[in-house]
Amino acid sequence: MKKKTIRLYYFLVGFVALVLGASLILNAFEDGIVFFYSPTDLKFKKIDSNQKIRIGGLVKLGTLTQNNELFSFKVTDNEENIDVRFTGILPDLFREGQGVVAEGYLIKPGEFNAIEILAKHDENYMPREVADAIKASGEWRGDTESDKQ
Amino acid sequence: MIPEIGFFTLSLSLGVALIQSVMPLIGLKKNNLTLMSLADNAAIMQVLLLSISFATLIHSFISSDFSVINVYQNSHTTKPLIYKITGVWGNHEGSLLLWVLILAIFGGAVVLFGNNLSKRIKAAALSVQGMIGLGFIAFIIFTSNPFERLNPVPLDGKGLNPLLQDPGLAIHPPMLYLGYVGFSMAFSFAIAALIEGKVDSLWARWVRPWTLAAWTFLTVGIGLGSWWAYYELGWGGWWYWDPVENASFIPWLTGTALIHSLVVLEKRDSLKSWTILLAIVTFSLSLLGTFLVRSGVLTSVHAFASDPSRGIFILILLLITVGGSLTLYAIKAPKLDQSGVFSPISRESSLLINNIFLATSASTVLIGTLYPLVAESIGIGKISVGPPYFNMVFIPIFIPLIILMGIGPYLPWRKAKIINIYLNLKVVVLLTIISFVLFFSFSNYKLNDLAGCAGITLSAWVIFSISNDFINKIKLFKNPIQDCLNRARNLRRSAYGMMFAHIGVGLLIIGISGSSAWKQELIVSLKPGEEIRIAGNRIIFKEINFLNASNYQSLMGEFYLVEKQVLMKPERRIYNQPEQLTTEAAIHSNLWSDIYLVIGDGPNNEGAYTVRAFFEPFIPFLWYGVLIMGTGGILSLTDRSVKVTPKRSRNNKAVPKAGSI
Repeated sequence: MKKKTIRLYYFLVGFVALVLGASLILNAFEDGIVFFYSPTDLKFKKIDSNQKIRIGGLVKLGTLTQNNELFSFKVTDNEENIDVRFTGILPDLFREGQGVVAEGYLIKPGEFNAIEILAKHDENYMPREVADAIKASGEWRGDTESDKQ
Repeated sequence: MIPEIGFFTLSLSLGVALIQSVMPLIGLKKNNLTLMSLADNAAIMQVLLLSISFATLIHSFISSDFSVINVYQNSHTTKPLIYKITGVWGNHEGSLLLWVLILAIFGGAVVLFGNNLSKRIKAAALSVQGMIGLGFIAFIIFTSNPFERLNPVPLDGKGLNPLLQDPGLAIHPPMLYLGYVGFSMAFSFAIAALIEGKVDSLWARWVRPWTLAAWTFLTVGIGLGSWWAYYELGWGGWWYWDPVENASFIPWLTGTALIHSLVVLEKRDSLKSWTILLAIVTFSLSLLGTFLVRSGVLTSVHAFASDPSRGIFILILLLITVGGSLTLYAIKAPKLDQSGVFSPISRESSLLINNIFLATSASTVLIGTLYPLVAESIGIGKISVGPPYFNMVFIPIFIPLIILMGIGPYLPWRKAKIINIYLNLKVVVLLTIISFVLFFSFSNYKLNDLAGCAGITLSAWVIFSISNDFINKIKLFKNPIQDCLNRARNLRRSAYGMMFAHIGVGLLIIGISGSSAWKQELIVSLKPGEEIRIAGNRIIFKEINFLNASNYQSLMGEFYLVEKQVLMKPERRIYNQPEQLTTEAAIHSNLWSDIYLVIGDGPNNEGAYTVRAFFEPFIPFLWYGVLIMGTGGILSLTDRSVKVTPKRSRNNKAVPKAGSI
């Protein structure tokens, strides 16, 4: 193969890889991406019950109940609430009054079926989305993140 | 007093780094050997100064000197000694100090082992190393000083996150750093080659051992992190496509590509500018990884820093490094002469395609990792890109890559004949098809069985192909056994290294596909005395115990695995410093599959506990795969032709050895 042909060959291989990569990415973006909403967002947005989403906020005090492996609790951004149900083991740092992020489906307005409660690793850690959601609702007290440093 | 010594030597090292970056460059310009060799002294000095600095920090941790903020925030008197020491790099400031220490050690190694390097290349490379050091040492001094004092002195420290008090995690960060920083050597040599305007096979031989070493460390480091996530986080998984995992995986992908393109450059004097680009990109991605993990843009167990000024500092460092090196590349790379022609079906071509696939997969992972950050900043909304995205983009690129992995070793350099490939591989293809039929016929004919069997077949393909190649090479079944043994003995270490690494990948794929296809999970509410069944295993919940250890209290379940006659003891611990709940999974492995038990909430008002049980088939193969891959890396490093300082011939040109692959 001559040098010119080699250059053409590089170009072709690169181009095919580019097209392949781009089409895979675009295809995967269709259903590989999960949007995050706060309870207040959900009040105003209509979300299809088969679209996977994440919600986040604080676990409302005094709302956690357990029936065998089924947990239900309310998630709040101190403005709106949403009922969450979850079957399984809650993460170690799950507590009433603490921040939480749940992934699952909004089966009907105000009712969320969680398939996963996201694990957190640190008692001081507040998911950023949750902090922002609470800040947005004007109920932010203290600066949990900068406590850590 | 001692922390001040640490800070003083750290500050001195900043000055030394400045000298190391500037003087050799002036020397290169003026062709002044004295100025050039100043780089050597500076590099050695750097090792000494930073070792002292690091040692003083360790001393502060061991002696629990809480007048140092960093010690106060990350240590505690009751912590076991080993975790006092690992606490040094269990935090942002200390881990960065470790980062620059490792950088200095690599620089020192160039001086010690680099006597045969071209003086100019060595000086240029050390100067680039000096610049990287300069940036990071300044970063530590101005934004993340580990020696900062606290007044008044607290009585006791805040303790280390208990999740980090773990032997696997004690060595995970240093391993990753050895990998990241190791790639800085490839980077420095790449910049040096661009400055000097010369890239040849000798250059590839200089760079290869550093890259191999970095790759080996990174492989083991990522493996350790994954192992830790599996047994410590208690969620039964080992990889989540979490941004911090991706941050180390992306440079691994391009680093793997770099190892392969270096082979082409060394043997065939081809793919020059591509290899240089890969070296630049790989280290830039390592820096990006450090930035993502350390800047606080991602929050996780790894994100120590949440101070925005740090993020901006690292971002600027990143921009200078990437921008500067790519500009230099744009100017200089077109002048590198291309040589070494090859046909589309050849060893070169297969390695090039390997590179393209690895680079493409690295880009798709990178885009998925960065997209949420971009989306949020341009106001699309808060999104997360999770495992479904990564599986969808990654698997289709990796399958052809693995198939190619089985073919590549059979292709000769320059030009291959398709008929020969067919003759060499027909037995392998046949065996692969048979094994698929066999695997699938023993399954339940479900979709997940098909996927699992396909994955395992892919590994069978790689393993058969490598074995067949080995058999061909030593002429087993053709020549007398003594001759075969001699041939096996004379086979180069790097050839063994390649076989090991590829077989390691094969084992890894068994682990990945087997565990994803056949994992079983059970969540139940269980009272002591009751039992469960998972994957044919009877597990009896015998009793529950409460324990008091020095730094935690524990609720420990006792489960009896009837068929295996073993007792499993999952725990829920509450640590006191800092107060934190952790889950200690109990794992019983038969070296083939694991039974994994987690005890959750309880007791409820009926006295039951939530128990989560997993059947984790083929998980151990992940760890075998990583070990074998790491062994492959070490074998290649010990090849007699791979020396840190390959001999130069007089005219500074490499003489490819006749008959070398």
